[in-house]
Amino acid sequence: MNFVRLGSIVEPRLVLQARDVWKSYDGGSVPVLKGVDFDGFEGQTIALCGPSGCGKSTLLHLFGGVDFPHRGEIAVNGVRVCRRNLLHLLRHEVGFIFQLHNLIPDLTLAENCLIPTVAAGIDRKMAVRRLHELAERTGLSDRLDHRIQKLSGGERQRTALCRALMNRPRILLADEPTGSLDERTREVVFDLLLDLVATEQTTLLMATHDRGLAERCDRLFEMHDGQIHEPACVK
Amino acid sequence: MIFLKLILTNLRRHRIRSLISVAGIAFSVAAMLTVVTVLQGAIGMFSNILSQDSGIIVFERNVSDLFFSSVSIEAARQISGWPMVAHADPVLFGIVSSASQPIITCFGVLPEDSRIRNAEWVQGGPDDFARHPDDVVLGERAAQFLSASVGSRVPIGHSTFRVAGVLKTRNGFEDGGIFMPLNSAQSFFHKEGSSSAVTVKLRDKDDAAKFKDRIRAQFPNLIALEDTEFTRSYSQFRILRATAWAVGGCGLLLGGLGIANTMIMSVFTRIREIAILRVNGFSQTQIGVVIFGESAFVSASGAFAGLAAGTSLLFALRLVRSLHGYIDATLHPVVLAIVVLLALLTGIAGAVYPAVYAMRVRAVEALRFE
Repeated sequence: MNFVRLGSIVEPRLVLQARDVWKSYDGGSVPVLKGVDFDGFEGQTIALCGPSGCGKSTLLHLFGGVDFPHRGEIAVNGVRVCRRNLLHLLRHEVGFIFQLHNLIPDLTLAENCLIPTVAAGIDRKMAVRRLHELAERTGLSDRLDHRIQKLSGGERQRTALCRALMNRPRILLADEPTGSLDERTREVVFDLLLDLVATEQTTLLMATHDRGLAERCDRLFEMHDGQIHEPACVK
Repeated sequence: MIFLKLILTNLRRHRIRSLISVAGIAFSVAAMLTVVTVLQGAIGMFSNILSQDSGIIVFERNVSDLFFSSVSIEAARQISGWPMVAHADPVLFGIVSSASQPIITCFGVLPEDSRIRNAEWVQGGPDDFARHPDDVVLGERAAQFLSASVGSRVPIGHSTFRVAGVLKTRNGFEDGGIFMPLNSAQSFFHKEGSSSAVTVKLRDKDDAAKFKDRIRAQFPNLIALEDTEFTRSYSQFRILRATAWAVGGCGLLLGGLGIANTMIMSVFTRIREIAILRVNGFSQTQIGVVIFGESAFVSASGAFAGLAAGTSLLFALRLVRSLHGYIDATLHPVVLAIVVLLALLTGIAGAVYPAVYAMRVRAVEALRFE
């Protein structure tokens, strides 16, 4: 974990911030977030737990800039999330993993992983070097030229993890990242996820139903009825 | 490379649909190329008839078609006497028919006309022309389809004429036409004392403006145009050109609608992928490039296939003997460039709505799209 020295006090850097965030769907008839306040600090692994429809994914989407609150403010790394800085946010600040791997089936594993680097205009040689580094750490080195259809569920999710980390984002937003995997693969992928965010010094914000996985994170938040509750446990 | 793959991915997934779109553009391009080239060739040949060894054509002002123009022989005689004029040749155009051929172009000309003097004679010679009032000279193709040679008599319209000679020309209208002495033609077409037009060669080309002014002053019912002006402004040519481009344009419009349909389907079927690209940092412009790239690829493929088909068709038309001389199937680079450019623009225009739709896709909604 990185720290910012303020005089004699050392405090972790605030990288995720939600202030009085309101969000609803269907023209306001389906309220999802009702005045959520949330702080996430650099290097932490944070789990959001709660029943379906409680707003976990919505909060993740707001931090990722793929959706915007109706009221309140969302800030990532101290910068308010708005349409103007959306591209910078998506290209350099956050990476996404979803329950469904959301890979492009006609491209190879390597090509899927390189998509964020193409979007950000990163030098191809550097991008390929980074790809090999991540592929080695996720055990996918020998699968780089394989099409997505040829990969197992676990390999697909590891590919999605590689893609999310390609541009070295400061924050990884994971929406049920192991939700579609069997129990054994789930453990393997989650171990890998935790290992990678630790070595990359990336902050993880994860929405999950799986209480067991959530409890392995540094912080665990409960979401219920559009509200977020005090951390149930802090490592 | 990945960009290119993203562009081609959907085309590969829906091969039949992509091929139909390519074929639509290809047919449009081939149709436009063929129609425009053939009509341009026809216009060019007709212009050549008028501009042969002359620089200016004089005809009746405000007539829609040269066949309806009337220039008196007296006017032609006066014009040929002007000091700036090298020679002025009146020519009377008419359409006749024979038993086997419903339409034959007939040229009523004087014996000293350059068409007669400078022609390549297959049978007979320039001095055989207009010896007798019922003598005609046939173009080589006309001689073929009338099965006539020197000395034979050919029924034309309500009369019979003796063939005094056969001449060869590369121009289809002339090669399939009949040359009559001007007097005989006037009598045959009941246009005594008049011609359709007078082709004029000036001693000095720089006198063209002066010549035109003098025509305007002395013969207000006539108009004098230089060959290039005539080709550009003659209403029949303009109508032909406009028709050719309109026919081709309609074809391309249909091709464009095909592309629009393909691209709309393409965007709808890959809406989730577009959302994935957006979430991974693709800008709206980059999404637009993928969609426009896909349509540009379809239209470029269609354009090249259409060029190949159109060129082959024109080549085949050149080989058809009965069309010899009537079709100038020479491809002009400008026409090629315009047709390809129009095809590409059509493709891009067809992709505007799908691209705008794709660029506005909201990732959060599209990711829920099944």
